[in-house]
Amino acid sequence: MADNASASSSSGTPSGLRAGLGQTVSGSDGLLQHENLIFEIGTPTKTGVDLPMPAGMPQRLGGLGRSQPPQLPGLSEPEAMRHYVRLSQRNYAIDLGMFPLGSCTMKHNPRLNEKLARLPGFADLHPLAPASATQGALRLMGMLSDWLLALTGMAAVSLVPKAGAHGELCGMLAIKAALAARGESHRKKVLTPGSAHGTNPATAAQIGFSVVEIGTGADGRVDLADLGSKLGPDIAGIMLTNPNTAGLFERDVIEIAARIHNSGGYFYCDGANFNAIMGKARPGDLGVDAMHINLHKTFSTPHGGGGPGAGPVVFSPDLAPFAPVPYLDRDEFGYYRLVEEAEGEAMPLGRLAAFHGQMGMFVRALSYMMSHGADGLRQAAEDAVLNANYVLARLKTEMSPAFPGHCMHEALFSDAFLKDTGIETLDIAKALIDEGFHPMTVYFPLNVHGAMLIEPTETESKADLDRFCDALLAIAARAKAGDPALKAAPFRAPARRLDETRAAREPRLRWRPQGS
Amino acid sequence: MLRFTKDHEWIRVEGANAQIGITAYAVQKLGPIIAFDFPDIGKAYSRGAEIGAVDSVKAASAIYAPASGTVSATNDALAASPGLANDDPMGAGWLCELTLSDSAELAGLMDEAAYSIWTESL
Amino acid sequence: MRYLPLTPENRREMLKKAGVSSVEEFYDDIPVAARLADPVDLPFARSEWAVERAIAALAAENLPANAARAFFLGGGAYRHHVPASVDHIIQRSEFLTSYTPYQPEIAQGTLQSLFEFQSQIAILTGMEVANSSMYDGASASAEAALMAARVTKRRKIILSGGLHPHYAETIATVAGAASLVIERLPAAINAEAATLGALDDDTACIVVQSPNFFGALTDISAIADAAHAQGALLVFVFTELISLGLLKPPGEMGADIVVGEGQSLGNGLNFGGPYVGLFAAREKFLRQMPGRLAGETVDLEGRRGFVLTLSAREQHIRRERATSNICTNSGLCALALTAHLTLLGGAGLHALARLNHEAAILLADALVQIPGITLETPNFFNELTVRLPRPAAPVVDRLAREGILAGLPASRLMPDAGLDDLLILAATELNQPDDYPRLAAALSAALVD
Repeated sequence: MADNASASSSSGTPSGLRAGLGQTVSGSDGLLQHENLIFEIGTPTKTGVDLPMPAGMPQRLGGLGRSQPPQLPGLSEPEAMRHYVRLSQRNYAIDLGMFPLGSCTMKHNPRLNEKLARLPGFADLHPLAPASATQGALRLMGMLSDWLLALTGMAAVSLVPKAGAHGELCGMLAIKAALAARGESHRKKVLTPGSAHGTNPATAAQIGFSVVEIGTGADGRVDLADLGSKLGPDIAGIMLTNPNTAGLFERDVIEIAARIHNSGGYFYCDGANFNAIMGKARPGDLGVDAMHINLHKTFSTPHGGGGPGAGPVVFSPDLAPFAPVPYLDRDEFGYYRLVEEAEGEAMPLGRLAAFHGQMGMFVRALSYMMSHGADGLRQAAEDAVLNANYVLARLKTEMSPAFPGHCMHEALFSDAFLKDTGIETLDIAKALIDEGFHPMTVYFPLNVHGAMLIEPTETESKADLDRFCDALLAIAARAKAGDPALKAAPFRAPARRLDETRAAREPRLRWRPQGS
Repeated sequence: MLRFTKDHEWIRVEGANAQIGITAYAVQKLGPIIAFDFPDIGKAYSRGAEIGAVDSVKAASAIYAPASGTVSATNDALAASPGLANDDPMGAGWLCELTLSDSAELAGLMDEAAYSIWTESL
Repeated sequence: MRYLPLTPENRREMLKKAGVSSVEEFYDDIPVAARLADPVDLPFARSEWAVERAIAALAAENLPANAARAFFLGGGAYRHHVPASVDHIIQRSEFLTSYTPYQPEIAQGTLQSLFEFQSQIAILTGMEVANSSMYDGASASAEAALMAARVTKRRKIILSGGLHPHYAETIATVAGAASLVIERLPAAINAEAATLGALDDDTACIVVQSPNFFGALTDISAIADAAHAQGALLVFVFTELISLGLLKPPGEMGADIVVGEGQSLGNGLNFGGPYVGLFAAREKFLRQMPGRLAGETVDLEGRRGFVLTLSAREQHIRRERATSNICTNSGLCALALTAHLTLLGGAGLHALARLNHEAAILLADALVQIPGITLETPNFFNELTVRLPRPAAPVVDRLAREGILAGLPASRLMPDAGLDDLLILAATELNQPDDYPRLAAALSAALVD
């Protein structure tokens, strides 16, 4: 469809809202400014940074100097500011409105956290500075560790992983190392439900495990009978998200953990949805052996258009000895140091990054935790769950809840209510853009047809939830009436639907000079 | 003789030689295709082994050998224009040719009518 | 609680609409034994100023680079100036509080900036394509080793003895877990050419670094040629991005994959993170590349626009068959990098790189005046290695107590390599003329005691 549309519109004919208005000379759309690439507006000799003149000393590069300065465009500071601010205005953001992406926990990012992460004592601190010069930073890492362990009820934590998937890699490598230490490296099978995040099977496969899918029951939770049939002496463990990706708590989780343990395997919990239960239940009480915590979800560090994240991993006593280097050590006098090589009983799985983790995110996350306190974190979890259930209650008669009953922090719908309308999940998502909202997560989890996963988070007001529900109900009504305009939405966004087929078939992944 | 698998491959057999590809149903589910992975010519595959792969804009899938055999040719035109599989999946969009090692395996596959009934049930 | 908009009245109304009498009913799937009746044993909520006071006190216990009396630490993280405008740009709400650009119609700002970023990295490294960034230089290096194994369908990874030890260990951990065979050569200052001794017909790639961990520079052309003749790839690693402003691009010397750390532009030291891993490669390996890629296309009205593309490589589609398990990039750090590089421009980057090189020349000249110290890296960019007449670690500790961060003892990262006398120092545009004599005087004093 996108193919045909772009072909027929190669003349640049405006449509939708802009129809009949004609085009502006500048290409801009009122306050929404047209903006070219830096390569089209800058030149290599222009600069926005004043530098002292080099002295002209003879170089000591062993003849490896480049033949000419790199051909990169430069801009003065005012031009650069306009470039990036104009680009920024083509983005949606939490600060502009509701961003109900299921499984992503797009909550408000407090600005205090930004301020504190920029204190020179953290931001201008070298990772290899001597321990005597970094005690405050190490103590902060120690405090963050203490909070994470108290909230999860686990025995140890690695702060190293730089994102959720990196945390999964860390946790599964610890399981692999623990199996090797037991002389049971023949255990190769990792169980995951079909509803798992793609990173789960990708991580397991990357380090040599084979992935075995387990079934989901009619209630949206792990099918215990199917699980039982797949257990055996070749089981390395299970990777399970809890609350799961349908927004449901795995009510048999303790039974699942026991069965995995009785088979000699380990329980890796994908902690992406920890926001729903922080302060309400502890993974350590549920039989979990390792779990990553997305600081950029649960603990509000900004998503930044796709990163950087942070994915500390908490461990059970069984897996704690296998945590990667470096890890934090505190002596009897309260003096901290980073342990960079195996010591004592530790059998580290190895090293996963150049240094010891996302310090900038640690400051933000600790600031968030201290601001909320134990009481506020519990309240945040409850409000996140209440908000999701309120949305579910308002939408359930007009849309199709994927599973019966109430939900945790996110509400999952299938596309059953769109049957025979010709309208698809994608169209609903795009229509929400015209209403001023970021779409929900769509087509995930994979085991629900045309899935729509709505996670409002606790930082939405009731008024905003109502506006969102009103908009979505109106769109659902238009869909049921077969409104063909939905197929072409959005009309009011900075860009119309983009031709992804063309992007993939004729990849243009960088600017090239004309004629090359 | 034309036969189909439940993994949505087709196989067209003439004597010991066969051509294989992915079905119109598979192509419709995958959407616009952007690339194929091809097997090595001269390599033997047993039935059900991964013999290739297909990437579309929104999906990726393995392709499994519908029957055991040795690869005798791959479709260079498809490598150059993966969209051929969208336009003509059962013709110009063929993936590779096999010299079959056990024609008896074909008995376990569906014919066109059976495959059609089966896909309607999905 | 200042971050929670719901009022008690709201909560009552919403519970009613949801058909429950208490929020606890939503939690009734949690086994009773595991339900917490009370908040966990941690402090309760605090005001903004109370939190600020507590965390600022921790910051004040540290010795940041600009507060040191002289600062010469490098080793994979470098102190550079970040223009004020860069930090403003990355704090724009629309960049800071947006998500991965899965809905391209409302993420053109992020997508266009990533496209520009990819273009800049490709040009700077002399490569054909670059991805939209990775976690850090070390994890990007591990991904390069995995990619080389996919491309060549071979299993052996040769690591130069000049590679940053933490990068080598990261590759060994990640690629080792993928059943690749890691051959790590002994640490040495001029170690890159020695990799050829390990090259064989099962080699997927040789991983070399220049400037290497010790600061030494290598023309990798001959190593690349030899690797290619054996059907192996050449992976080029850097830890100091600004070096590429002055040095011959690795793409011109035959590198197949170029990876490195981009912290030096736009990003602070941050005690080790977040940083920004860079990844560039030859276009023929495109479908084997890890990470996100932004690509140009058009919208329904024929206007230029950008999308994430070639997603079928990635974990959310390919799952256990993905090229990598990675699902984020280092978006905001990449934005800081691209904005800083746009402010500099090619000529500005070149001048900045020259300033760094000249700072290191001043450092080298000051150090070789000290009796007993020899310069082990005659050629360097902004980082170099000297040999002291005694183990370097105690000397560095002593100078740290005097507020001088004198560099990195090689033994800190390689305790058992017999390199105890080696000291690795970096200088940048932020070093002042006084820093060199201050360091030299303190070092001289430490060495005579």
